[in-house]
Amino acid sequence: MTNLKQVLNQPRGSKDSYNWLVISLIKALAVICCVMIAVFFIIRIVPGDPAKMILGEYSTPEALKSMHHTLGLDLPLWEQFMRFLKTLFTQGDTGNSIVMGTSTRELIMQRAPVTLLLIVMACVLAIFVSLLLATVAATHKDKLLDHLIRIFPTITLGMPIFWVGLLLILLFSVRLGWFPVGGVSEGWIGTLHSLALPAITVAFSQIPTLVRSLRAQMLEVLESDFVVTLKGAGIPSRVILFKHVLRNSALPTLMLMGVNISYLIGGTLVVEQVFGIKGIGSLLFTSISKRDFPVIQGIALYCALAVVIISLLIEIISWWLDPRTKGKQ
Amino acid sequence: MTSGLKRIWNTPSLLVGLIMFAALILLTVFIPYISPYDPSEQNLSAFLQPPSAEHWLGTDQLGRDLFTRLIYAARTDLKIMVLAEIIPFCIGVFLGMLAGYYGKWIDTVITLLSDTLIAFPFYLIVIIVAFASGAGERGIYITFILVGWIVFARVVRGLSASFRNQEWVASAQTLGLPGVKIILRHLLPNVLPQAVVVLMTDMIGLLVAIVTLGYLGIGITPPTPDWGTMISDGQPFITTAWWLSAVPGFAVVYTGIALSLLGDGLADIWRKK
Repeated sequence: MTNLKQVLNQPRGSKDSYNWLVISLIKALAVICCVMIAVFFIIRIVPGDPAKMILGEYSTPEALKSMHHTLGLDLPLWEQFMRFLKTLFTQGDTGNSIVMGTSTRELIMQRAPVTLLLIVMACVLAIFVSLLLATVAATHKDKLLDHLIRIFPTITLGMPIFWVGLLLILLFSVRLGWFPVGGVSEGWIGTLHSLALPAITVAFSQIPTLVRSLRAQMLEVLESDFVVTLKGAGIPSRVILFKHVLRNSALPTLMLMGVNISYLIGGTLVVEQVFGIKGIGSLLFTSISKRDFPVIQGIALYCALAVVIISLLIEIISWWLDPRTKGKQ
Repeated sequence: MTSGLKRIWNTPSLLVGLIMFAALILLTVFIPYISPYDPSEQNLSAFLQPPSAEHWLGTDQLGRDLFTRLIYAARTDLKIMVLAEIIPFCIGVFLGMLAGYYGKWIDTVITLLSDTLIAFPFYLIVIIVAFASGAGERGIYITFILVGWIVFARVVRGLSASFRNQEWVASAQTLGLPGVKIILRHLLPNVLPQAVVVLMTDMIGLLVAIVTLGYLGIGITPPTPDWGTMISDGQPFITTAWWLSAVPGFAVVYTGIALSLLGDGLADIWRKK
């Protein structure tokens, strides 16, 4: 809620629009630089010796030494960072996997398509259902349906996403047999079919916040002067709803998705684990169990970059779409 | 005192939230007297039993009483939830006030820091830090000290910035009070209510994160009972004994509803004031 307000209150078109654009670009660049530094320090969070964590308590001093060398831990901190940056800019990743030897980027690119498809499916589903519920709630303000829809976030806020996934598996896969219990089937239709339940799970975690904000947004539009005028002019309320109210809600929905993209990606990684989908999430957990630090760092880097870039794009698109921007140029 | 009680009585969401939360706390305190079982006592002759008079919620795959484990797990999870929230709350409120009150470069640095951490998907950063700092309670505390403060800093920053231009701050400044004093004596009491309301919602997120880490095997380590590990332990039996995984989840949802109502109620009370 606060997030949406913050986003909406940004001075779009109010002062110098292009100044705003340049400032957002600089901000995003600064965040990207900081993200790189943060990713570099991931291996430093380990209390004690990371090499010991990778090789186990009883490793030989020689093995430890060669692992230090592989990870570059034998160099001074400054040189380690330079080496990290060099790999980042020449190879486009965080070095090679300790376990598999292949480059981190390659591993991530292999797994990315499934995860991306899942995220897109979840997004589409979440937007569709949220718009529907928010419209129903806003047009039935303070009636039973509205109250029911408004109770929804209070209940779902405390639902662990993986647990929701398990319950859905229990109901739709085990009891009803509509969907496979886990994994991804072959072919386009098979893929979509097996990703449906995971997508519903991810969408489910997004819907409450979306509905809450969209309902408030729609009420604002419904009670605004121009809608009252349109009603007064005798235009049927259905036309007003679809032509004007929904159109005015598109922008805030887009912005909200931008704010939520980080939660969406994080939730997807966890849900993949529940459904046994071989995407970025499962790569993350295999790397964690094998203590494969470069891959973990690579995943963190790519996800954070995706979040920064997507948020920036959405900011720019909504700035572009916002009628207030054009009016004042 | 009486007026305070009356106000609570007149705010149904707060009242219901308080009762729900108090009931849970009472259960965790008195569980040794309520249940004759030990949470980790195995009884292999009575495994995977459905709910019955002896075992209210049945038993798990090792014959442990599910109800007893559920409440002992509440002890662990609620304790960690509260403890893990204290330091991030203090850091967040303080940094938020600094950023909002002083603005300029302090604000830029704090905002950049929080923007950077928020760029990492929440569960990704929680999973990585909890893993890197070593599974268990300590890892959870470290994780949330690192990422938990952002929510509070963001809310408090906005509030403080809006107070900065108000008369009472200006008059305190003309009286020559040092910035630290204005922040602690005048700004803090004004931002605290909102921060506490956020705290209630944030605790839900934290609890869910603790449970998720437990489920993924990088949170609380067995044999300590925890709702997350209970859910993952029950997962292989989802076709035969679905309640093993379902019930601990409902406990999380119950706690979430209680905290959510508490937050709504507190917000109502402070708004009316």
